[in-house]
Amino acid sequence: MSTESTLRIVWIYPDLLSTYGDRGNMLILARRAALRNIPVETYEVRSDQQMPTTADIYLIGGGEDGPQALASQRLIADGGLHRAVNQGAAVLAVCAGYQLFGGSFFAKGAQCRGLDLLDINSDRGETRAVGEVRGDIDPRLGLPPLTGFENHGGRTHLGPGVAPLARVTAGIGNDGQTEGAWNGKILGTYAHGPALARNPAIADLLLRWAIGADSLAPLDDTWPERLRGERLAAASAV
Amino acid sequence: MAVFPPRPRHVMRPLDVVSVSGTLVAVTDGKMPMRAKVASSVSRTAAALSRAAGRGDGSVIGGWIGLKIDPDLLRNLASGRAIALVSGTNGKTTTTRFTAAALGVLGPVATNSFGANMPTGHTSALARAGATPFAVLEVDEHYLARVIDETTPRVVALLNLSRDQLDRAKEVAMMAQMWRTALAAHPDMHVVANADDPMVVWSAVNAAHVVWFSAGQRWMDDSWVCPECGSPINRAQGDWWCTGCSLRRPVAQWRVEEDGVVDPKGDWHLVKLQLPGHVNVGNAATALAVAAEFGVRPIEAVPRLASVASVAGRYAQVDRDGRNIRLLLAKNPASWLEAFDMAEVAPTLLSINARDPDGFDTSWLYDVDFSPLRGRQVFITGDRAYDLAVRLEVNSVAFRHVHTFDEAVQATPPGRLEVIANYTAFQDIRAELDRVN
Ligand SMILES: [Zn+2]
Repeated sequence: MSTESTLRIVWIYPDLLSTYGDRGNMLILARRAALRNIPVETYEVRSDQQMPTTADIYLIGGGEDGPQALASQRLIADGGLHRAVNQGAAVLAVCAGYQLFGGSFFAKGAQCRGLDLLDINSDRGETRAVGEVRGDIDPRLGLPPLTGFENHGGRTHLGPGVAPLARVTAGIGNDGQTEGAWNGKILGTYAHGPALARNPAIADLLLRWAIGADSLAPLDDTWPERLRGERLAAASAV
Repeated sequence: MAVFPPRPRHVMRPLDVVSVSGTLVAVTDGKMPMRAKVASSVSRTAAALSRAAGRGDGSVIGGWIGLKIDPDLLRNLASGRAIALVSGTNGKTTTTRFTAAALGVLGPVATNSFGANMPTGHTSALARAGATPFAVLEVDEHYLARVIDETTPRVVALLNLSRDQLDRAKEVAMMAQMWRTALAAHPDMHVVANADDPMVVWSAVNAAHVVWFSAGQRWMDDSWVCPECGSPINRAQGDWWCTGCSLRRPVAQWRVEEDGVVDPKGDWHLVKLQLPGHVNVGNAATALAVAAEFGVRPIEAVPRLASVASVAGRYAQVDRDGRNIRLLLAKNPASWLEAFDMAEVAPTLLSINARDPDGFDTSWLYDVDFSPLRGRQVFITGDRAYDLAVRLEVNSVAFRHVHTFDEAVQATPPGRLEVIANYTAFQDIRAELDRVN
């Protein structure tokens, strides 16, 4: 944790990027921290507010074309998120938020400039990717398989500065082969909305990064594990 | 994110119509072209066959066959009738029922009261209607432009626009734009629109004849950004305004006040309903506003609203084993908030599916705050009960997972059991209760 003993989580621009239950990721992180007696505060930072630079975890979600382009412009102009990332903040970027972390993305038929915080570029696919997505996560992260629901028209190309978050075993992800990207403490994924509901281990990875801990006390994950089992099997059945 | 065409929510199976030929009946309506007469007649017959075969109420399949034979059938059937259309994301089935009840003051009213709200359903409803001069049609929001073109309604009521089945539906802003274009093409049409929803106001604000109603808006997460200029929208004490342009909440001629409705003259009418919740008083206000466009006075219409006891099984109450079970449909975040408002503090069963008509994505569960259920005895069931389990845990709501509806009934003490379910889960429970309407 950066300076104080309280873990601070920022949800970036819920007024612009909050289409698919994105609030869930903030709620889940806060709950999993609180259950371990880690003091936690959450902040919803609107697009007309200054972006704090000293929070520990930043979350950014999915959205429509117009708000996505607007969010990217404002984050570039604000500069606060870049400073936070340079200072070592952890990030979970989802769907439209994932795309805008790259160098460029397509919105409303035009190429838009992204934040350049991940070495990725996104363009349009020929079909829309909608449905269950599943993948084996980069072994270096030491996490069980990714499960999510994807809903996007973009395709994302990874540069040498990032690694795929996962190898796709069902669904499309970036391009049918890989899904998401990560570098340092930034995770990007097309598993949209409340991705952490199905992937509590990713939530715990973000918490560990934020507080600099190698491990966390285990929680009773009976229900998330049942959900994971069901969804991983459902993706196989498709 | 790309725009993509909406898929129909009901899948038509041609298998359902095999035995139609040779059963045409005589048509007596002299105004329709021959092709339309045949199509209308076949449509009615197919609907009857479909009902007889136990394949639903036939309101979709009949219209589907009719439109195959005559693509202009809906236009022909609508011709010469005074029609009101009711559209929006939520409340349209109930508001349609209320409006049909209110217009009943004038005489018989045709309506698609089973919620078959696409052109096939409209065709079927009007084909059954004979010479009935009035019709009130619920219209799926995606189809509103087309149905306006084909039916030339006297009045269209616009209730609200919010996220609904986002893995298939058009984005909210796109829908508002479609409505706006449709209204601009029909300047003679009267519009009754919700002043509390910025997306609805933007779609209707340039229409020549608009009457605004205010029924309150509990769900706001789809209208924080101005559809006109992209600036943030501010809200305070029921008012709202764009911080970047002139779009703002218009003055409402009809509004809800306590358990009644204030009309444009300022007269307050007590609205006693069998249907629960503040939201249904709002739906009643909308119906009264639409009926007024047909010359029906609130004082005549209000008593008729009280006759509506359930709508396509929604709000229906069933007694079983000493339990009074009430069924509430909640199909998207806005309607869940309304359901929590309607439900009594009593044992509650939640059921979630994610089948084709529901949308396959359950992410919306995190757009709903389930904390009003804390302290109640909560049961969960349905295909996607595990999604619900994780959501409730995050919301610190204690629950018990049951595998059947009956298990929940047996675990509940005698008295009220509230059931809140999304679309196909609701149908499953209705079927289990063996209750058609
Ligand atoms: Zn504006």
